[in-house]
Amino acid sequence: MKPRKVSQHVNQNEGLIFEKSSPGKKAYKLPPLDVPDVNPEKLLGEQAREDLGLMPEVSEIEIIRHFTRLSTWNYAIDLGMYPLGSCTMKYNARVNEFVARLEGLGNAHPYQPEKISQGALRIIKTLQECLCEITGMDTITLQPAAGAHGEFTGILLMRAYHESRGNPRKKLIIPDSAHGTNPATAAICGYEIVNLKSNAEGMVDASLLASVVDDSVAGMMLTNPSTIGVFEKEIHRIADVLHDKGALLYMDGANMNALVGKARPGDFGVDVMHLNLHKTFSTPHGGGGPGSGPVACKKILERFLPTPVLTTRTDGKLGFEYNRPQSIGRVRAFYGNFGMFVRALAYIFANGPDGLRQTTEDAVLNANYIRKKLEGIYDLPYKTGSMHEVVFSDRLQTQNGVRTGDIAKRLIDYGFHPYTTSFPLIVPGALMIEPTESESKEELDLFIDAMKSIAREVQDDPQLVVSAPHNTRVARMDETTAARKPILRWRPEQKAVAAPAVKPELVETR
Amino acid sequence: MRYLPKSPADREVMLREIGVHSVDDFFKAIPAEYRLNRDLKVPRQMAESEIIDYFRERSEENAAGYAVFLGAGAYHHYRPVIIDALVQRGEFLTSYTPYQAEISQGTLQAIFEFQTMICELTGMEIANASMYDGSTGAAEAILMAMRVTGRHESVIARTVHPEYREVIHTYLHHRDMPMTFAGYRDESGEIKLDELEQFVTDRTACVLIQSPNFLGSIEDVAAVAEIAHRKGALLVVSIAEALSLGIVKPPVEADIVSMEAQSFGVPLGFGGPYDGVLAAKEKYVRQMPGRLVGETKDKNGNRGYVLTLSTREQHIRREKATSNICTNQALVALMSTIYMNVYGREGLKDLAKQNLAKAHYAAGEFGKRAKVLFPRGKRFNEFVVQSKDDPHAINDRLLEKRIVGGLSLKKFYPELGNASLWCCTEMNTREQIDAAIQAVQA
Amino acid sequence: MAFPADYRYTKEHEWIKVDGNQATIGITDYAQNSLGDIVFVELPKVGEELTAGKTFGSVESVKAVSELYAPASGKVVAINESLATAPEKINSDAHGSWMLRIQLKDAGEVSKLLSSDDYDKYVKEEGGQ
Repeated sequence: MKPRKVSQHVNQNEGLIFEKSSPGKKAYKLPPLDVPDVNPEKLLGEQAREDLGLMPEVSEIEIIRHFTRLSTWNYAIDLGMYPLGSCTMKYNARVNEFVARLEGLGNAHPYQPEKISQGALRIIKTLQECLCEITGMDTITLQPAAGAHGEFTGILLMRAYHESRGNPRKKLIIPDSAHGTNPATAAICGYEIVNLKSNAEGMVDASLLASVVDDSVAGMMLTNPSTIGVFEKEIHRIADVLHDKGALLYMDGANMNALVGKARPGDFGVDVMHLNLHKTFSTPHGGGGPGSGPVACKKILERFLPTPVLTTRTDGKLGFEYNRPQSIGRVRAFYGNFGMFVRALAYIFANGPDGLRQTTEDAVLNANYIRKKLEGIYDLPYKTGSMHEVVFSDRLQTQNGVRTGDIAKRLIDYGFHPYTTSFPLIVPGALMIEPTESESKEELDLFIDAMKSIAREVQDDPQLVVSAPHNTRVARMDETTAARKPILRWRPEQKAVAAPAVKPELVETR
Repeated sequence: MRYLPKSPADREVMLREIGVHSVDDFFKAIPAEYRLNRDLKVPRQMAESEIIDYFRERSEENAAGYAVFLGAGAYHHYRPVIIDALVQRGEFLTSYTPYQAEISQGTLQAIFEFQTMICELTGMEIANASMYDGSTGAAEAILMAMRVTGRHESVIARTVHPEYREVIHTYLHHRDMPMTFAGYRDESGEIKLDELEQFVTDRTACVLIQSPNFLGSIEDVAAVAEIAHRKGALLVVSIAEALSLGIVKPPVEADIVSMEAQSFGVPLGFGGPYDGVLAAKEKYVRQMPGRLVGETKDKNGNRGYVLTLSTREQHIRREKATSNICTNQALVALMSTIYMNVYGREGLKDLAKQNLAKAHYAAGEFGKRAKVLFPRGKRFNEFVVQSKDDPHAINDRLLEKRIVGGLSLKKFYPELGNASLWCCTEMNTREQIDAAIQAVQA
Repeated sequence: MAFPADYRYTKEHEWIKVDGNQATIGITDYAQNSLGDIVFVELPKVGEELTAGKTFGSVESVKAVSELYAPASGKVVAINESLATAPEKINSDAHGSWMLRIQLKDAGEVSKLLSSDDYDKYVKEEGGQ
């Protein structure tokens, strides 16, 4: 089938910027110096730098063309559906970008006096209040820079809580369906991991959980809805089992787009959780960041929050409080990714309570629509009702030698970004599809048609699928050579690699 | 709701095709007692113009247009307009981590260029695709040094940014990884080498210094490296003011460099998002956290780029990963990449020289009315002024003149008395500098 | 694929070949085949002690890491340095590409491992699932 969504068009070739560099080209002009000039060699002595090596010398138009050309090689939400499961690739509103760049916000120095920072502090306070209301939690810190950083913060809060009661405890329970950041976070927080097997429905088995929870367990890290997109219906029993042994429930909020305005983690027993402002609250993913990972928690964890904590002074002015003796300490310099706070708050304002609820409903509607249309064509390993995403497997297609990664690559030819492949690990050959609320019925139908068409190709001409994509600028990359002989930076040909100046004798790990 | 591309009729058709009556059927998986049956108490839906009005008011409360003499890890430099013009292209702004190389070559090539430029600037052999910021990057660099050496102790200069040190403390203390702090020399602000020599042992994983350090002094990296290496420890150099590399010798003797690249085209933005970077010697690449982009070829022989060595990362190695980091700061790193292109080989030097000149002039003028500390230290664009009266009082007087003065060091270095840290960049005019000095009581 | 008869095997797909009181260790052809292109091998240092059944290193393909489990206990006396720069040797000749040589602590441990026939049967069952 000829893809309906796309047709091929010319795009520009472009080398590396270094290959355009030539001495004397410039893209800048400095204003004249209004103080006496200095001699760096005199001021800095042997610390003065002689030259800047291979840093490029190019003109402004070349920079504009260079990055514009590069940009056209990217797929993006602005081009179409981006159903990357667990990443919530929703529309990034442009008003968010506009307000984040207002002079008083974009140009505010983090150490400028509080009396001229009231606007920024007000934004932080308002966003904190909104996020507490949305999650049903008592208090929050906006400091963590991303989701995994939020996990780190949340688990440290848990640890500090247990420590304050005499023992930090040893273990964290993590279901086998969890995102890789969860066990990685537990490890850097010094916890042993107890891997909990999901039951036949892909959910946490509360009875199995009860059999592993004892007073050496600090808590559990749970994603809800889970990574297969289903709501943990025994959530409160899970919380009770943990709480009975003094353990706490941490919720990975990666999938909050299924819950906002419909259910609140604070109401169903969660003690501490993080949000991803770059997922649920529409701040742009930007090719991999920046993110922002606020951590909301119950009252019992408030005294352990990272410093500083926002406070209202007696005169009604806002300010930061640093004197928090039981705090886990700072997790980041300054106050977090403030620019993302502005964008997330603008998103909440644009939606209001009705819009937030409708957003969640549309996200869930879209996932279920895809599920309905593709079930049977692709294997649905878990029949439990889907929330905001649906996870198929490639079981039917592997019979023809085609795997989830191949279907994903073929989807590119149809003009879509692939879904998440091979995750969660509990579904072999997973196709994890999260459409988000941002897709119209028309775009969803195009996607469904493409997936159906690929399923037919798998039957008729599997080779076409396993060798995809066919219509991209570059074909599948040789990742093996990239990993065996890594080239991580550009060098002009034939330029000798300088040996490191100092070669210390080191104790290397194995 | 204007972001939702569906009519009520579309929703009806979709529900019918799925075979349910109402969208609420999908939410029946949530036990009834936990379903929210009321509106969230958040502000009502606003028009775009109302949203802009709201943030404009906040922006004005935040008092824009002041002359700023603050640095201390966040630097006020000019941002060429092409940065925002380019990073707001939807193809950069609204794409995700470039896992699908065939449709992410734009982001991948830009990161590869970023990694190359960071190597050139820092004198390291490899650089990653970015960390959250300079503070968490410094903590990750220490953890990396621990993996390389198999040791667990670190020696940290007291002149590393105080907030970076707090973050490092948060990352290390609960894992029984001891830290020792080495002081600074009164005459130069540099790390006390004799103290360092005493603290570094064969259990030390790394020495962490910042250069230029928090007090503005440029460290003798080679001398510190020698002490660290003699005991088999690594040297980690943190750089908070990236522009210093335009004119200050890069820390080639270091094993790992953790840099905050905010100075390169990233807005001050009340503290974030910023742009952490880790760079290192190539032999440590397997212990490097974060994403790395590598060059390779496609099956037709075309040059292209991929995320590589990803087995270090959490999504594959899970609890045995080098770090739990997932998200990086790609868009902010792109700002820095564009910035480094605009100024380039000559411009970064010219610009750094202007900073040097402004700070030299200002320090000289301040020296006529107050004491500029660490006279024997070499400086880039920051210096410490010790005054008769409290820095807060000075700053209150300055605010009336729409000037934000230096950062009081009372909280971080109480032993320095009425000291404050001043920063002069190319953005500070002579007129502003002269006006600021007037407020300091002779 | 033929598994050499004079080797012994683990269920984690390592092989061990005894030579006097020393032995060489590698991974099986079945293992390399299921891993795909191997890009990196992480091995212990000479002098370290292996404990039977415990991990001693890992092999990496582009998107997966597999732990290596010691078939027997003993001190590492040599590692195959050439794998550092040419890990692809394992793909082309798994049974000929030894990873390390150990001084056996207890030769009895080896006799408890799978014979080539038993291992062959084992991988056929595993593959058939």
